Amino acid sequence: MIDNFVIPLVKILVVLNATLVGVTYMVLLERKVIAWAQSRLGPMRVGPYGILQPVADALKLMIKEDITPVRADKWVFTVAPILSMVPALIVYAVIPFGPIVQMFGHPVSLYITDINVGLLYIVSVASVGVYGIILAGYASNSKYPLLASLRASAQLISYEVAVTLTLVSVILMSGSLSMVSIVRAQESSGMWYAFVQPLAFGIFFIGSLAETNRAPFDMPEAEQELTGGFHTEYSGMRFALFFLAEYANMIVVSAVATTLFLGGWLRPFPNVHVLSFLGFVPGWIWFLLKTFVFIYVFIWIRATLPRYRYDQLMRLGWKVLIPLGIANLVVTAILKVLL
Amino acid sequence: MFESILFYTLAAFILGFGVLVVTARNTVHCVVFLVANFLCVAMIYVMLGAEFLAIIQVLVYAGGIVVLYLFVVMLVNLKRGPDAAPDRRRQSRVGFVLAAVMLAEISAILVYSAARPASAVAAAAATPLQTVGNTEVVGMLLYTDYLIPFEVASMLLLVAMIGAILLAKKEI
Repeated sequence: MIDNFVIPLVKILVVLNATLVGVTYMVLLERKVIAWAQSRLGPMRVGPYGILQPVADALKLMIKEDITPVRADKWVFTVAPILSMVPALIVYAVIPFGPIVQMFGHPVSLYITDINVGLLYIVSVASVGVYGIILAGYASNSKYPLLASLRASAQLISYEVAVTLTLVSVILMSGSLSMVSIVRAQESSGMWYAFVQPLAFGIFFIGSLAETNRAPFDMPEAEQELTGGFHTEYSGMRFALFFLAEYANMIVVSAVATTLFLGGWLRPFPNVHVLSFLGFVPGWIWFLLKTFVFIYVFIWIRATLPRYRYDQLMRLGWKVLIPLGIANLVVTAILKVLL
Repeated sequence: MFESILFYTLAAFILGFGVLVVTARNTVHCVVFLVANFLCVAMIYVMLGAEFLAIIQVLVYAGGIVVLYLFVVMLVNLKRGPDAAPDRRRQSRVGFVLAAVMLAEISAILVYSAARPASAVAAAAATPLQTVGNTEVVGMLLYTDYLIPFEVASMLLLVAMIGAILLAKKEI
């Protein structure tokens, strides 16, 4: 009873709440980091150094008027934010935050579930997430959101191919689709896959920037051209759902990159025995630290790089990343057979 | 008990969404119902223990093919439904024939399963579920027993891809 129902429910509760709180604080982090990058202070008024800003933002979004445009397709307009929020949250079910630990005398696994098609599950849920964006653009019945949603979905579909190709080479290395087994495989080989598969890591990182619509690939919300992207017509809580989904997706791709390429909950250099004192830090803290590094780099890139043009973006995806991904896959497969 | 409740609920949802796909006025709504339908079918696969098939169903159908449908539907923008077919009576005749064939098939399946000895059914149900996880089993079968069909299917896809490029590009 307690192992089958109570513990999973508590884990789901903890993960969902941590995600939502993490997302709101990520917005603050982004504003602060970009402000520092531009020699500003960032939010300073709410709480000391602005640390209560997320609370104020959430309150503001909740009490704002929620407008549905008259000519909008009301039914689809309501469903679209939900369709982009739900996939962004259910992906957390297979992310391994740590190994199995003893907690109050019960063995508790620090992941909600470990299915043997975990990686494919993440890819497929991400591919369903496109609907939220397309339908939002369609339902708004307005030209800028429609253009933005077409851009966004074309971008997502193109970069999904490249990202999935890199995932296949990781699967070839680990011989498993389960997220926990992938981390275990890195533990037994003593190497993070970022060192074994540097090209795949690079492609995955660029592709994940594009898939989360982050700068320099934030075409779908290019303010200067599109006024605001596919959520131009949204306001209040429904706008907040899109916003939350986008940042939740950022955490997800950072967590997936950590699991696949940076050894998940393993300490740095798992094969160097001199560093075994690092094992005193629990696994989930390593996991969160590595994820945080990715998130920080995402924000750093946004503060540094200008936006791509749309044809450059498509050329990079189809003519550079996908051929490189295929080449990497073929080489990996050959080496795997030979060695 | 729990499984049959789940199955019949899912089946009801699948049929309901299927009916909505063909009756909804707005084509975009039809596509959304189609996605919901595919997701429910994927859940049936999960219930059968075929999680690989379920994930592929979501990835390929719900996440890939229907997205392209949606693109086409949105760009064509069918504000009003297609005109009624010029020959209503011919349509209904075809529909009648199709319904008769369907009925014959279903009754054939019913008769066959009734005639099948119960021991064979029990034996089929008692076949031990594989323990290695079905991704490996599917991969093994695809590259050994079903190699030729697999290669033929991939050839078909390649031909379709080249054809699409030929159609889209004026000069090569």
